[in-house]
Amino acid sequence: MQDWADWALDTAKSRGATYADVRVMDIRHRNLSTKNGQVGNLSESQSLGLGVRALASGSWGFAATDRLTREGISACAAEAVSIARASALAKLHDVVMVPEQAYIDTWQNPYVKDPFRISMERQLDHLLAADAEMRKVKGVTLAETSMAFCRIEQLFASSIGSRIHQTKVQSGAGIVATSFAGTEIQKRSYPNSFGGQHMLAGYELVESLDLVGNAQRVGEEAVALHSAIQCPEGTKTIILDSSQLGLQIHESIGHPIELDRVLGMEANFAGMSFLTLEKLNTLKYGSDIVNVVADARLAHGPGLGTFGYDDEGVPAQCTDIIKNGLFTGYLSNRETAVSIGLKRSGGTMRTESWNRLPIIRMTNISIHPGKWKYDDLIADTDDAIYMETNRSWSIDDRRYHFQFSTEVGWEIKGGKKGRMIKHPSYSGITTEFWNSCDAICSRDHWTLWGTPNCGKGQPMQTMGTGHGAAPARFRKVKVGVAFAK
Amino acid sequence: MLTQSELRRIAERVFKLSDADETEVMIDATSDALTRFANNTIHQNVAEQGLTISVRTVFDGRTARATTNRTDDESLARVVAASATIAKSQAKIPHMLPMPGPQKIQRVARFFDSTANFTAQDRAKAVARVCAASTKRKQTVAGIFTTGAMQSALVNSKGLFLSHEQTRAEFSVTVLDPDSSGWQKANSPDVTKIFPDALADRAAEKSQASRKPTEAPPGHYAVILEPAAVLDLVGFLFYDFAGTAVLDQRSCFNNRMGKQVMGPNITIWDDVYHPLQTGAPFDGEGLPRQKVLLVDRGTPRNLVYARATAKQMPSEFKARATGHGFPLPNEYGEAPMNLVFEGGKASLDEMIASTPRGILVTRLWYIREVDPYEKILTGMTRDGTFLIEGGKLAGGIRNFRFNQSVIEMLSNVEAMGPSVRAAGEESFEMVVPAMKVNNFHFSEVTKF
Repeated sequence: MQDWADWALDTAKSRGATYADVRVMDIRHRNLSTKNGQVGNLSESQSLGLGVRALASGSWGFAATDRLTREGISACAAEAVSIARASALAKLHDVVMVPEQAYIDTWQNPYVKDPFRISMERQLDHLLAADAEMRKVKGVTLAETSMAFCRIEQLFASSIGSRIHQTKVQSGAGIVATSFAGTEIQKRSYPNSFGGQHMLAGYELVESLDLVGNAQRVGEEAVALHSAIQCPEGTKTIILDSSQLGLQIHESIGHPIELDRVLGMEANFAGMSFLTLEKLNTLKYGSDIVNVVADARLAHGPGLGTFGYDDEGVPAQCTDIIKNGLFTGYLSNRETAVSIGLKRSGGTMRTESWNRLPIIRMTNISIHPGKWKYDDLIADTDDAIYMETNRSWSIDDRRYHFQFSTEVGWEIKGGKKGRMIKHPSYSGITTEFWNSCDAICSRDHWTLWGTPNCGKGQPMQTMGTGHGAAPARFRKVKVGVAFAK
Repeated sequence: MLTQSELRRIAERVFKLSDADETEVMIDATSDALTRFANNTIHQNVAEQGLTISVRTVFDGRTARATTNRTDDESLARVVAASATIAKSQAKIPHMLPMPGPQKIQRVARFFDSTANFTAQDRAKAVARVCAASTKRKQTVAGIFTTGAMQSALVNSKGLFLSHEQTRAEFSVTVLDPDSSGWQKANSPDVTKIFPDALADRAAEKSQASRKPTEAPPGHYAVILEPAAVLDLVGFLFYDFAGTAVLDQRSCFNNRMGKQVMGPNITIWDDVYHPLQTGAPFDGEGLPRQKVLLVDRGTPRNLVYARATAKQMPSEFKARATGHGFPLPNEYGEAPMNLVFEGGKASLDEMIASTPRGILVTRLWYIREVDPYEKILTGMTRDGTFLIEGGKLAGGIRNFRFNQSVIEMLSNVEAMGPSVRAAGEESFEMVVPAMKVNNFHFSEVTKF
């Protein structure tokens, strides 16, 4: 990898690049799934290639190749510079970046059991066992399970002298029971939707999830939803479980704080952000108990947004995003940091693969836990709906108005959890919603969730992001909107 | 792109390394480039070249796939071995059929040298013109101009050899004013059929025309959906036409096949050969894609099937393989990928003129499924939403959230325009018309 990176940088420099960086990435995936007792997918893939980013004539160019010969790599680097010069045809001003020092370092996330050394037979048996448990429940019409593993070994090298070698191992697993009856398709997922729980971890994560132990409950809840009461329409107190709160954070905090989006760079596709620059340090984003960070450090947890260095060679950091309800920080890179007067990038440039340009992405965007024990929060709540596990999610292109629905809800009446509710949904305006938060559960109920499939960019890239959250209560929220006539 | 001989040589090397009962090789080559602009300048400009070799082996009724992007002998040996190891690690797969032999495929011509040879400089010049025009109008422009070529080959040890080459060009543009925006997008295999300046001008007109938006109350409206908006809604139906989805009881057409559930003016085909369609004329197993009548005057009539799915369907479906299967192994079976809606004759102006009070929608955004059986979708309007009053456009309005059943929507289509190749964001390209739909439910309004 080192030689390849050097060839690319040498060529970029010789063609007149004033800055260049290279990512050599070796990416290995293993995916398993079952459906109704049969194998759905069993596959492995490996992809090795290199991407070069070059600054020439004050503009950016990027080229990627998997032809890893000297000739192929030099041609790729030369193309990156040529593309940069083409970009300059529409230049308004030269690209300016905040400085960053060079690093020579190695980083790897800790894990106990290499998932690629566990036999596929053993992994498949585990899934089939959970599948079988779900199908024992009468009324379950579809039982699905999945595991996904990824290992990325990468070298980052830059013309300022960085040489950073990182290895990330990621694991994830989940189960879904679906029940079709009458005119309803109901489902329950465990431990989360989007393929379950995913972390920067080894196979020990999968073992800790106890898929088999939860399978029967998941099947029973899917069937029970048919006879649950319909979610009422109106304005109510809601309590979101930690996985749904994690997605709420992702959509209504994580995306709007991306500084490239704020500055208009995503306008054609993902949209813009209501968090215009004058709102920094002035906007009351949430209530006083809402504290949110963007933290890529391992100390925060082995989340999908954890790394040693971002993909433009900046060390992982923690940035305060919301402090006691006040909006205090964006996700930035070396180029956008200039526009808000930061002396340093927030270190959030990430790329999916060697053939994609790094762009600003969420890291681990997490809400600090509060003080409440879960049982005490329920007991303290007179009339509410408890909503669990995301089913649908939608938000406008400035990240103001959202609507979410969950797989299941429960009535809370007089401090007790009661009847099951089907089709729970809620909507709101981002800042009004977060300002209505009046209770957050404690660290004991806090989970660092992994969202493996965040899409952004043109061409599209998928990225894993982490979201730490505990159950939380929100007042005066519009509910039942999705099925309102 | 690889020559036919190069493709055969790679496949033959794989076959020599394999001791499987049957072996299949998929070779995909891509060469793509994308110029991205925002704030009236190019801010990202990328190009990639890549090759993947995907090997499937079959051992006594068990199959699995392994993929690499390396073509050296060691890497090919490794990927063949990986496929074999995985295949042997599972029980026999019921309903698995032998690989097909040579097939007769109707050729399609979707590769244009004009697109394959389009350079970064060519894209940058077009974008520079669009940016300059926007600056002159005192508007802000953002978008992409992308061109590329791809090649897919499917070869198996039973003598099947198929390849498909295609180019692709796309221009998408958003023009912004302080309180409004407009959007347009077009794609085609032939870059000479893409007109960036005209698309940008139209987006600019929409942005200008929707300045100082007012707020219309949520409710049920007559809505005129431009083709991109129609595409992004009806695209959510595509997997419901899969035989496997019906077998799994997760299709909105379960218990609805043969019953009229949409308006009699709705007829939908899957037709890869339609002149406005793109894609390969064969499926993931190498079978020729057939033209299938999915919805016949409002009645869902036929599904699509991979070979194995067809064998599992209950006899009343009279299922036969239609050439829509995904590469094996997979749990989803098949899907129609070349949807064509029969359109009408009404122009957009005629539809607007016929509407006493309604909404004109340019595009929709962040659409997600709320109820999979009633097919209720939610999402937002975006980039050019207008009030219609007395048969005329009456200015821009703040964007709406909708919650609407697509099946119900397709029962309330009052008029349609001619079908065109549409490009959106939530679905792959299809051939769909603009539609005037009655009683469309906008449930809430956002702040812009």
